[in-house]
Amino acid sequence: MATDQVTAAFAKSLGLPESDITEHLAYGSIKEWDSTAHMVLIAELEDVFDVMLDTDDIIDMSSVAKAREILRKYDIKC
Amino acid sequence: MNLIEQPPYGLSHNEKAPRLLHELKALTEHHRQACPAYARVLSAEGQWESSDANDLAQLPWLTVPLFKQRELRSIPDDAVFKVLTSSGTTGSVPSRIFLDNDTAKRQSQVLVRIMQEWLGKQRRPMLIWDHPSVIQNRASFSARGAGIQGLSFLGRHHTYALHDDMTLNLEAIRTFHKRFAGTPVFMFGFTFMVWRYGLQALQAQEIHLPFEDAVLLHSGGWKKLEAEAVSARIFNETARNQLGNLSVHNFYGMVEQVGSIFVACEHGHLHCPSYADILVREPGSWRVLPHQQAGVLQVLSVLPTSYPGHSLLTEDRGRILGEDDCPCGRTGKYFEALGRMAKVEARGCSDTFENAGGSQ
Repeated sequence: MATDQVTAAFAKSLGLPESDITEHLAYGSIKEWDSTAHMVLIAELEDVFDVMLDTDDIIDMSSVAKAREILRKYDIKC
Repeated sequence: MNLIEQPPYGLSHNEKAPRLLHELKALTEHHRQACPAYARVLSAEGQWESSDANDLAQLPWLTVPLFKQRELRSIPDDAVFKVLTSSGTTGSVPSRIFLDNDTAKRQSQVLVRIMQEWLGKQRRPMLIWDHPSVIQNRASFSARGAGIQGLSFLGRHHTYALHDDMTLNLEAIRTFHKRFAGTPVFMFGFTFMVWRYGLQALQAQEIHLPFEDAVLLHSGGWKKLEAEAVSARIFNETARNQLGNLSVHNFYGMVEQVGSIFVACEHGHLHCPSYADILVREPGSWRVLPHQQAGVLQVLSVLPTSYPGHSLLTEDRGRILGEDDCPCGRTGKYFEALGRMAKVEARGCSDTFENAGGSQ
């Protein structure tokens, strides 16, 4: 199975190994995922999935699981 | 229902006032319990022992310099997510504002909700009239850095218009213009920086970069600009002259209440959102003044739970122009800011609270 793209995008943006990216990992729960990293993450997800996320999405993206839910809204399989 | 779930400019006085009072009283109690230094200030001020305020004017407030003099926070060490600092104008000791995850999140949510009113939900390409080094230390932002950081959420393709030495980064600006001139864009900066290092520099070099659909939001005092006789009208005209079809909105906000911002509508009136409010007090007597009379601004916000900053007497002057009847159609109080208080007045007001806290 190919590497999960959402996990990979989180790992890259937050500077963490993929093994640290769990579904329940939450915004602000670790110092690596602060507001600065959040913007890097958004840009990365937009790039990887070729999607334009709006401001509501950014505020709602409070965990890895939530990120998948938001991406699915744009018909992205993840 | 909580105010934070409401749209920013949709509540009338009768809908907002009782909820706001209820939430601010609850915050006062929360901070009294969680922040001993805050509780000491309140008890030293006798009349604030009880929590039976029946209108906003009776709620206790802190003065802004108190955040320089004391470490005021309602969370334990290990819950501190970010510390905002602001040196302000008096003294060299910075204010320190302690944020936990919840408060920081609420600030971002509300900021986005307010800004959606002016920018729409789409994230526009963003041109920042500042230099990139203003955001360096991620754990501790200056007021300027915090402002830029907070608003970056609303943009994409973030581009800094200035070099570190405050000269125009023309290459960056031209590249941004070439790519986005025909699409909706968002520009942000601090009023004086936008004017001095942005608009005036463009003007001096006779550079015109017309954008078709831009929103320029700028914050910070007019004092330095007024000294140069630059009014909002001149500022806006110059901006349009150099940068094309811009709608320009000033906004008022403080690092002590990030997220609670007061944006000027198309008529130049600063508007209170559902989550915040304004009172105007007379220096010295500190009684609340009626609409139209100028005095010291007190800012109220339902956002801060990690530090007792929900009710603050600022060092700024202003006056309330009306409530629920601005010609722009937005509900809530609207007001104008009139610059900093005179030093003497400001000293009088921090003395009051030095004495108040002196019995600890």
